Amino acid sequence: MSDYKMHLLICSGTGCKASESEDIINSFTSLIDEFGLEDEVQIVRTGCFGFCEKGPIVKVLPDNTFYVRVSPGDTEEILKEHIVKGRTVQRLLYTDPVTNENISDSKGIGFYKKQIRIALRNCGFINPENIEEYIARDGYMALGKCLAEFTPEETIQEIKESGLRGRGGGGFPTGLKWEITRKSEADQKYVVCNADEGDPGAFMDRSILEGDPHSVLEAMAICGYCIGADKGLVYIRAEYPLAIERLKTAIKQAREYGLLGNDIMGAKFNFDIELRYGAGAFVCGEETALIHSMEGLRGEPTFKPPFPSVSGYMGKPTNVNNVETFANIPVILNKGANWFNKIGTEKSKGTKVFALAGKINNVGLIEVPMGTTLREVIYDIGGGIKNGKEFKSVQTGGPSGGCLTKDFLDTPIDYDNLIAAGSMMGSGGMIVMDEDDCMVSIARFYLEFTLEESCGKCTPCRVGNKRLHEILDKITKGKGEVEDIERLRVLSSVIKDASLCGLGQSSPNPVLSTIANFENEYLAHVNDGKCPAGQCKALLKYEIAEDLCTGCTLCFRNCPVGAITGERRQPHFIDQSICIKCGVCFEKCKFDAITLT
Amino acid sequence: MDTINLTIDNKSIVVKNGTTILEAASGIGVHVPTLCHMKLHDLNIENKPGGCRVCVVEVEGRRNLAPACCTEVAEGMVVNTHSIRAINARRTVMELILSDHPADCLICAKSGNCELQDMAHQLGIREIHYQGEQSHYREDTSPAIIREVDKCIMCRRCEMMCNEVQTVGVLSAINRGFNSVVSPAFEMNLDHSVCTYCGQCVAVCPTGALTEVDETGNVIRALSDPSKTVIVQTAPAVRAALGEEFGMEAGTLVTGKLVASLKQLGFDYVFDTDFAADLTIMEEGTELLNRLSKHLSGDKDVKLPILTSCCPAWVKFFEHQFPEMKDIPSTARSPQQMFGSIAKTYFADKLGINREDLVVVSIMPCVAKKYECGREEFKTNDNPDVDYALTTRELAALIKISNIDFRTLPNETFDNPLGESTGAAVIFGTTGGVIEAAVRTAYEIHTKKELPRIDFAELRGMEGIRKATIDFDGFPLKIGIAHGLGNARKLLEDIQAGKSEFHAIEIMSCPGGCIGGGGQPYHHGNAEVLKKRQMAIYQEDKNKVIRKSHENPYIIELYEEFLGEPMSEKAHHLLHTEYFDRTE
Repeated sequence: MSDYKMHLLICSGTGCKASESEDIINSFTSLIDEFGLEDEVQIVRTGCFGFCEKGPIVKVLPDNTFYVRVSPGDTEEILKEHIVKGRTVQRLLYTDPVTNENISDSKGIGFYKKQIRIALRNCGFINPENIEEYIARDGYMALGKCLAEFTPEETIQEIKESGLRGRGGGGFPTGLKWEITRKSEADQKYVVCNADEGDPGAFMDRSILEGDPHSVLEAMAICGYCIGADKGLVYIRAEYPLAIERLKTAIKQAREYGLLGNDIMGAKFNFDIELRYGAGAFVCGEETALIHSMEGLRGEPTFKPPFPSVSGYMGKPTNVNNVETFANIPVILNKGANWFNKIGTEKSKGTKVFALAGKINNVGLIEVPMGTTLREVIYDIGGGIKNGKEFKSVQTGGPSGGCLTKDFLDTPIDYDNLIAAGSMMGSGGMIVMDEDDCMVSIARFYLEFTLEESCGKCTPCRVGNKRLHEILDKITKGKGEVEDIERLRVLSSVIKDASLCGLGQSSPNPVLSTIANFENEYLAHVNDGKCPAGQCKALLKYEIAEDLCTGCTLCFRNCPVGAITGERRQPHFIDQSICIKCGVCFEKCKFDAITLT
Repeated sequence: MDTINLTIDNKSIVVKNGTTILEAASGIGVHVPTLCHMKLHDLNIENKPGGCRVCVVEVEGRRNLAPACCTEVAEGMVVNTHSIRAINARRTVMELILSDHPADCLICAKSGNCELQDMAHQLGIREIHYQGEQSHYREDTSPAIIREVDKCIMCRRCEMMCNEVQTVGVLSAINRGFNSVVSPAFEMNLDHSVCTYCGQCVAVCPTGALTEVDETGNVIRALSDPSKTVIVQTAPAVRAALGEEFGMEAGTLVTGKLVASLKQLGFDYVFDTDFAADLTIMEEGTELLNRLSKHLSGDKDVKLPILTSCCPAWVKFFEHQFPEMKDIPSTARSPQQMFGSIAKTYFADKLGINREDLVVVSIMPCVAKKYECGREEFKTNDNPDVDYALTTRELAALIKISNIDFRTLPNETFDNPLGESTGAAVIFGTTGGVIEAAVRTAYEIHTKKELPRIDFAELRGMEGIRKATIDFDGFPLKIGIAHGLGNARKLLEDIQAGKSEFHAIEIMSCPGGCIGGGGQPYHHGNAEVLKKRQMAIYQEDKNKVIRKSHENPYIIELYEEFLGEPMSEKAHHLLHTEYFDRTE
């Protein structure tokens, strides 16, 4: 075995792969070969580093140098300068947007400073396709400890004491769920990993599976030991081909190492894992819908109780946990419940992974302790709002979360605070909006998503969301009336109150929260026919100020629909009945003669 | 804990553990409205998707409203079924359903019989506050069933019947969200699917989304054509249900009024399918005895058990699902088709007219009969043996159109020669009846002894699968009975696996047999209706002077004058049929 002096950690998660990280790896491979450094430098294909805004990322160990936005053309310079001569390539370092300083060590980057990585502990650090790297980082130690030292009851007790709650959205205490499933008597039980990550923009589950698949497999085996199941199933969407590949590799390796299969670690414990593919329906993240989909039935939820813990897959007790929840388990058992439950808030322990997106400088995947404020996430980690714009709102919890205002920026993030604020934790989507976003349009946009993803089983969700969307659409087209706002409120509350599953029970959140926090914007639409953010095209009006127009004809020549008329050197005129509000004239005019109202 | 204490609408009650709020409430006279929910007691049929959300009630301490139909009671639960929150949600849900439903009640086939209409009325909906886009789908017309999918409200009852009860698997929810609808796969037409036309989807549809093909116009035209002789046959189950359409108690026998109404409608002869049922017993019973005696003499190739073949949906079911077993059912045609065949030969000869000038109408509890009479093998020179099959419901409509006051009609009797029947024939209308009728005749022919008893209680009842052993003078004849195609499937799979213990099996597609047919007055989820019809059928049997098919004098005359003997070549040609592999 070689004793490498340097390691190049190169992200090969889906995001960085799409930005040619595979070419970077190939290029480094041939350069290392060319320079005869095969025994000195090791290339490690890692999972996601989280800082996707700056990908592809190449990290050099042992000095922790963090190169961002690396392209295949940069590899030669990194090799010649950094690896051969030991000189950092300054132009590829992360530049702090405030101090303008280049930061070499990732630990010094604002994005990482406030993060504590438990679920993501190995992502961006190990080669997910090599089980030994996972084992070297205490992998499968928790499973070994459980099998050798702890009874299932003791293990469950430890999980309960840790205070871990489900990370998929519901926030149900994980230990309690395991206990209920353990107590359900049956000849067969199942452990199911919910990897049907459906929130648009959220990709923590995918990253964990791509970057550290064994952490989930190990946790599933521990869960199987605790509840008395010998079979595990990962329900994963088929759109995650890389995660599927890495899971398959990991399962194969775990079997080869005797960590899955019969008589694991000689403890007479049998457990194996299979994959089940989903077709990408959002509602299949709901556990009963997920189970029906696995059974080959239409992916739609059924009434609970019975809960899956009592009657789940094939009518047998089934413990369903989300990927991120599982990823926490081995660490909790290795470091102890008392280590874990000191992180976080009173009722929400540990950390949470968020997918930061929207109008924010540092788009990416972050993991912070529960209780971190939205301000810390958005400004310290997220680097603030893009292009120096004003923060307007942050939407948490995926498409059915609520939109919170700056008044909530100092709210410590945990399950209960977010619900109290009119939003939710969900699976950890976090979308930041700036002054240019119209909140009515945002509500309509989210409704469009839930409308398409509704399974259609219950009336409030099937028809109610459609009607909500129609009313919102009407308002953004300038055809709304003030009564529509009340109609939205009443209908939203009924949909929340009467829907069958979590999808319908939360789908009106964006509507209710935008009305609660931005009612003036709604009123501007329906009363004044104006969209304050200038997003609703139907409410925009481009006009030419006669006194400023020089008759240069630039707008006339660029108008794609011939809505502008006028003689050369004479003021021009926009025919509102033809104008499609594309804004080309506004952009082209050199004399600021075109106004937007 | 076996019992639960709870409060519903301020009344304290004690109910059994496992009771739903809906059941508990109904016990104290609180009828929470339901739409998708349907439970047929004793038949093990329940539709409980919790989808419509009309039955939501407020439960103290619960975050959201609870669907009464699937929420089980819990100790100390405090339920309010008519709080403003519950009423508001229920009415809003109803308005949402109506906002995506065509408002053509005045001309809808289901008007007056529509559960959605009733519910809108009950909830006092006077305005729909949430108007918007409505779903539009193309209408699907098959030989028996029409799907007007725009009227589907996604209650999923038809889907449950088609999949869980009948195991036919044609209807299921497709698409997502607002576009969700119940349909055959890939929105194919019913007549391209493996649909058996059993009509159980029609029987449970709360709206006008599923109805039968309406043939009343054709019958009115035939009746007004002076060049045609129009005769009618009525199936046994019709007389036990038709009265319901005129406000009479379920289970009221209306045989005499039925005959009188048909005469008043202008049919030239009013005959009885029961006559053909007696004929069926002669053929099918003989076939059973033939196979049995071959079996007893050691013939290894003989096919046993023999399966009844009266039910057209059942026939189509095995043609699609078990084509390799198509030589097991009896080759005897159904009573409807035996009647048509005899009418257009024997009876047309008697009248001295061509078959083309004789129009045969049948009144059936069934929608599959519409499909059956159109099958090519039941036509001669393109002229069908049975021209039109009307459901019990269509007959009621015809009576109403023709200004007949059904309730005040006198009792009249069937015409001869095709109107005389025995008690054995009338019990064809319920599950277990065909095989009981066959036993009555086969026993006497086989043993050459008189039956010691006529009623076989062991063959009766409502369980989905029943079995009985009848002592045939020392030989134990093992009989199986299944109603509902899902139950039939179980018996067929046993035969396939070589595990079947039976010599003869009766199969009816519809739960309860023909009394529960897809063409009967709507039971609206009340299984008591089926039981009362069943009791009426057995009462009619008791009322009959002759109760064994082979003793029907007109049947004896038919064989003497025309057919020769059961299974003769002529009988074979006119009264038997063949089956087709429909898997392609």
